[in-house]
Amino acid sequence: MKQFNGKVLFLDRSDINTDEIIPARYLTEISKEALKPFLLEDLELAGFNPSKDILPSNVVISRANFGCGSSREHAPWAFEVNDINLVVAESFARIFKQNMFNCGMMAVELQSAILDDLFTTFMGKETLLETDLKKNVFVFKSGEICKEIPFSISGFDRALVEADGWVGYADKHY
Amino acid sequence: MGKTIAEKIFDSHGVDNPFGDIHVIRLDAVFCHEITTPVAINDLVSRGMDRVFDPSKIKAVIDHVTPAKDSKTAMQGKILREWAIRQGIVDFFDIGKNGVCHAIFPEKGFVRPGYTIIMGDSHTCTHGAFGAFAAGVGTTDLEVGILKGVCAFHYPHSIKVVIDGELPQGVFAKDVILAVIGKLGVNGATNKVIEFTGHVVDQMSMEARMTLCNMAIEAGGTCGICAPDMTTVDYLWAFIASDYPSKEAALSDYRRFTADSDAHYDQVIHVDASTLSPMVTFGYKPDQVKPVSDMEGEKVDQVYIGSCTNGRLEDLRIAAKILKGKTISPNIRAIVSPATPEIFSKALDEGIIKIFMDAGFCVTNPTCGACLGMSNGVLADGEVCASTTNRNFNGRMGKGGMVHLMSPATAAETALAGVIKNSFLFTEAGGAK
Repeated sequence: MKQFNGKVLFLDRSDINTDEIIPARYLTEISKEALKPFLLEDLELAGFNPSKDILPSNVVISRANFGCGSSREHAPWAFEVNDINLVVAESFARIFKQNMFNCGMMAVELQSAILDDLFTTFMGKETLLETDLKKNVFVFKSGEICKEIPFSISGFDRALVEADGWVGYADKHY
Repeated sequence: MGKTIAEKIFDSHGVDNPFGDIHVIRLDAVFCHEITTPVAINDLVSRGMDRVFDPSKIKAVIDHVTPAKDSKTAMQGKILREWAIRQGIVDFFDIGKNGVCHAIFPEKGFVRPGYTIIMGDSHTCTHGAFGAFAAGVGTTDLEVGILKGVCAFHYPHSIKVVIDGELPQGVFAKDVILAVIGKLGVNGATNKVIEFTGHVVDQMSMEARMTLCNMAIEAGGTCGICAPDMTTVDYLWAFIASDYPSKEAALSDYRRFTADSDAHYDQVIHVDASTLSPMVTFGYKPDQVKPVSDMEGEKVDQVYIGSCTNGRLEDLRIAAKILKGKTISPNIRAIVSPATPEIFSKALDEGIIKIFMDAGFCVTNPTCGACLGMSNGVLADGEVCASTTNRNFNGRMGKGGMVHLMSPATAAETALAGVIKNSFLFTEAGGAK
């Protein structure tokens, strides 16, 4: 099973699409590892610097409709090879979310009011997230500040995380 | 309670219901192209599971970058080609016979009412035009589809879009779907099927219905879907004539996949087509749409006519009607890419290709290339393209480039003017007052 803990990268915009996550010009790669340097290369967002911000990060927090657009699984892969296995957002595009769990990664939804609070409290600060998959709780920490945020994922999504993806699950069941 | 089209298809394809509303369904077809399939093939090989569930149900094409532009894209084609041969996949379309996946697969009769189809391509929703459930998926879903012939989905919720009235002259399916996306928003249909119905849809050709369904994903929709009718049967007749004693018999069979009158929809949207005018996108999201009249005069550097949205014969005919005997503005460049060899060939026979060439268009082979900035028409930083494609994301057709989505009619008129302009088909009918 993958790890869902570590430093948080805040991307404060809705509708971040898969072309921004991994531009089509890199879809000629046939290995996941080759995508590593290009994650979020086309994302233009004030205060975001891909060459500096991605390397230390393990979790992305964003807004609504994250991962919209193309079906390319290169988007989750580009996160995965950068040791980012968890994206938390207000909502996701269907294919992106499915692709994340199909890879044994997580795409978790939180309500906008909770996300507002997380952005206000932690964005711009060095923030660590610990995921407790047994209790279904995210623990956000920055210095003295600590917030516990409950979350939920479906039974199917949890089974995919535990099976490290859909190929493992499907091969066992079908 | 009655059922929607998607519900009926799901209920006839159930394999398992492992959790809550998660349904694992049997697939009638798995479509593959060279961008998203090679990683699945390599993974199957590395797992020692290099096999396919049924080679007759897998269709494959090289379409995104063709002919290959470099060693990497040549390798993607090579992996797909060798796999198709190794697995006995007869319906594999290589260079010379290849076209844009969502144009060539329907054209070959591979899409039928009631079918379940997946492909590692978000515009797979196009095939819902035939009354099929067709969804874009990632490489892992594709891999399991190839191996097991199944895919997992949430049980489908549907939005009904009723398009009534009469389309004004010069207003086309592309304008309708842009207007619908403008209403729904880019995530208004997430996790939902969009069922298109109403008088205008009944009157539409299969080509126009494909344009409509093609962009369901731009509102987040899993699939766009139209009920099968005699237009569907007529389109498919060459492929199904031996299966049915008459067209009426085929239609009566396909009617199993029409919605019940008491089916439940999460939302019903009514569109009065008579109030519509040609539409264009203005920002970096496909729901940022406005009437072409509000954008007239905006300068463009390139015009592109093609893609799985608008590269079919009907689209080329409309554009040719506008271009005939005229030449494009000297300040721009224009590209047309017929979506399949058959379309290209018919367009040659009808003199359409000559019209495009005389007007100053570059005519390319069938390919997806330019639409996603991979080949055959990539934009430079700061350039603007008037395009009949489906996505206007920042940098979609080339880093730093801007894309305005529009119908082939508007694109053709824009090519002549060098600036965004309503087609004469619309203005002559008194549209742009």
